[in-house]
Amino acid sequence: MPVRELELDLDAFEGPFDLLLSLVLRDELPLRELDLAEVVISFVEHLHAKGELDLDACGEFLILISALLELKARAMFPDEEAELAELEPEEAAEELARRLAEYRRAKEAANWLRGRLEERRDYFFRLGPAPLAPKVERKLAPQSPLKLVEALRGLAVEPPEPSVSHMALRFPPTAQFLDRWRALLRRRSRFDFDQEVAGLSRVEIAVAFLALLELRKQNEIAIAQSGPFAPIRISRADAERSLSWRVTATPPARSA
Amino acid sequence: MESYSNAASPLRLITSEVRPATELAKTIEALLVVASQPLPVEDLAAAAEVDVLHIGEALEILSERYSEEQSGIVLELVAGGWAFRASAAASEACARLFEKPVEKGLSQAALETLAIVAYLGPMTRPEVARIRGVNVDGVIAGLCERGLIAEGGRENEFGAIRYGTTPLFERIFGLESLAALPRADDLGADVTEIRERLEAVAEKRPA
Repeated sequence: MPVRELELDLDAFEGPFDLLLSLVLRDELPLRELDLAEVVISFVEHLHAKGELDLDACGEFLILISALLELKARAMFPDEEAELAELEPEEAAEELARRLAEYRRAKEAANWLRGRLEERRDYFFRLGPAPLAPKVERKLAPQSPLKLVEALRGLAVEPPEPSVSHMALRFPPTAQFLDRWRALLRRRSRFDFDQEVAGLSRVEIAVAFLALLELRKQNEIAIAQSGPFAPIRISRADAERSLSWRVTATPPARSA
Repeated sequence: MESYSNAASPLRLITSEVRPATELAKTIEALLVVASQPLPVEDLAAAAEVDVLHIGEALEILSERYSEEQSGIVLELVAGGWAFRASAAASEACARLFEKPVEKGLSQAALETLAIVAYLGPMTRPEVARIRGVNVDGVIAGLCERGLIAEGGRENEFGAIRYGTTPLFERIFGLESLAALPRADDLGADVTEIRERLEAVAEKRPA
């Protein structure tokens, strides 16, 4: 049975293979909606049912299915066509003519090469890596063995310990800031953290904050912040405790 | 007698400085038989320690001696240098012992791809594919394997690989260099002819 008469029962189509082909070629059946793997499976099942390998049918099928695959691929990635479609009709004709001429030249050049190959096919010649170039011997100036000892001695010396001084972070003591905050709170009942640490280095700000936490732990102060990244306000523990947002506030009660 | 020998010695000096072409031909012959690739004139001159100008005469002597009519070894100028090959008359005997450089010939696709790379190369696979209108990956791989083309750099630092023809290509096709290919303009129909044909087809098409 010729491949064209192969009966197909697909999701998108039902009927003989040649009808499918003509519908696709007439643009009446979009290839996108066709599962070509299904077609292949139908053919393989048909072959299996037949029980013998029909090489003619296989060859024909391969040609047809590969043509369909190429059509489908081009439909899905229409870059080349789009490139031509964007041009004005005259420009497109020009571009097409240019490409055809280019290909025609390639074909003619290929024919010339074929003729050349025919002429020369019977010429044998030696092929292989070239013999190596002569090695140039490097001549060293005469040396005294003592110089070698000297060089070795230089290498044997223990290298100096690498300095890591630049890696040390300078941490000011927390106590310094404890004193400072206490002094401040004696003069004022509340202050703004960001204002007080303005101009200090990152490390100093961090230590100043640690000092605050220490004071909070000892219940000397209250810390309040109205929202994320809002100014942090510090007040004496005895002043307006009710307004402060407690850092140490316990989460909503959960029965133990 | 004494005056005669005094007069003769400067003459001897001159002859030893300018080596006769036949002597130089022997040296070049020897160099060519050791080489397995064509040797450019410059290499021959450097190895023989003579000026390039003197090589020409020696090569003329050798070309006459090693010609299809005279010898089983033929001297030819190919792939940018001089090389020996077997004579066409000896090809059958050679074929019994050795494989031909291109044993099975080349397919139309391979020849077209080779032509495109030879004329327009070095160029990338997509560029070749654009001209041929089909994917050329397999063909390019095959030509690389046969040593007729080779990778030669990239389009830009991270771009597609470019392919160009090899000296082996020139040697198999008997080209002195790529410049020995026929001019592209002499090949095939020109653009206007094809455009006229296209327009003729377009007019016949129902609107």
